[in-house]
Amino acid sequence: MPDRAEAARRRMVRDCEILGRPVRIMEVCGTHTVAIFRSGIRASLPKGLTLLSGPGCPVCVTEQGYIDTVLELAQRDDVILATYGDMIRVPGTAGSLETVNRPGVRVVLSTDDALALARERPDRTVVFAAVGFETTTPATAVAVGQAAEEGVDNFCILSGHKRVVPAMAALLSDATNRIDAFLCPGHVSVIIGSEAYRPIARGFGRPCVVAGFEPVLILEAMAAICRQLLEGRAEVESLYSAVVRPEGNPRAMDLIDRYFEPCDGPWRGLGRIPEGSLRLRAEYERFDARRRFGLEERVAPEPAGCRCGDVLCGRIEPITCGLFGSRCTPDTPVGPCMVSSEGACSAWYKYGRRGGRNGAR
Amino acid sequence: MCLAVPARIVELDGDRAVVDAMGNRWAIRTTLLPDAKLGDIVLVHAGFAIATVDEEEARQTWELFEQIEQLRTDETTGTEGAD
Repeated sequence: MPDRAEAARRRMVRDCEILGRPVRIMEVCGTHTVAIFRSGIRASLPKGLTLLSGPGCPVCVTEQGYIDTVLELAQRDDVILATYGDMIRVPGTAGSLETVNRPGVRVVLSTDDALALARERPDRTVVFAAVGFETTTPATAVAVGQAAEEGVDNFCILSGHKRVVPAMAALLSDATNRIDAFLCPGHVSVIIGSEAYRPIARGFGRPCVVAGFEPVLILEAMAAICRQLLEGRAEVESLYSAVVRPEGNPRAMDLIDRYFEPCDGPWRGLGRIPEGSLRLRAEYERFDARRRFGLEERVAPEPAGCRCGDVLCGRIEPITCGLFGSRCTPDTPVGPCMVSSEGACSAWYKYGRRGGRNGAR
Repeated sequence: MCLAVPARIVELDGDRAVVDAMGNRWAIRTTLLPDAKLGDIVLVHAGFAIATVDEEEARQTWELFEQIEQLRTDETTGTEGAD
């Protein structure tokens, strides 16, 4: 394995030298963010090659208004708010699910658990905070389908589900975000398939390479990107073909499509993205918490001084943010990129010292 | 949240399964992977199997998790982590 990694690194160094211009590669996957920092890959990158951590962590791209709506629901006596653990510490405008400390807040490991809560407590409405990319959306779809079938009417969801490819397109549509290529996410790609990136490769002329999580696989994917750039190609390549198929997981995609439809929606730092969000289809809107409780979509400002938005677009590195490491730390997070263990700021904070050149503070 | 864990199916009844990873066992659904069989290693994400993986892929990920777990232990004992 070390030989393969070294070979990939050498190819990358040589190709970047011949290319003779700066190369900016964005990864769009929280697990890659952590793997890249942990392995110290950043320290071994060729001069002129910059790795950007994009909007790959679902918690990080969940907008402040959504968090505030979740907090509002959590305060209601007639509601049990079920959420994945990742969301518990994300600060809203007034506290987090952890600090509001309401008995009705329950951490669940799956949508199955949320639905079970609804069956156990017919006297309460169970609202599931449905966040995440295409990896978690099918699980929400299964729960909604089951609730509809079994008539579990006290179950509903607050959809914060998002679609990765429209976000990549939105990033490229803004010329100030200089991104030459994408290191595509591993697990999202398991669901949507590597072919889903074709519009990015063809339409925007940017290489898209799907990578696994081993450091050697990440290095090989980056080397494949550099080779494409050198040869003037912009193609979809999957170096994670043992797990990611071109067509993805058709069953999961069918489920998303049956219960959800794309809509424009806000992403933290990226603004409203055309077709970047998912809402329940009209025939299932009775399971939509916004409709059930008459909630408007809220727009809330970012916390003062927080630059998570710029971090998510690759415009600044976390250490450039004035709050980083002083007011904003993993113990006292101000923004979501520091809260989530998959967030770029959290990874910089934890591994920055070992991260080498790009990660040094 | 993006984290997916490879685990072996040790019990299977319809689309409900029990999986095992590094000695930990828990209940999952195979709704998204209708062809999953007893003994298969599957990638589990938020309580659902999303793909079948081979032994080698699973072994690599399990090793990675062990290393991360070691790092976390180091962090709590103060030998690693942020300054």
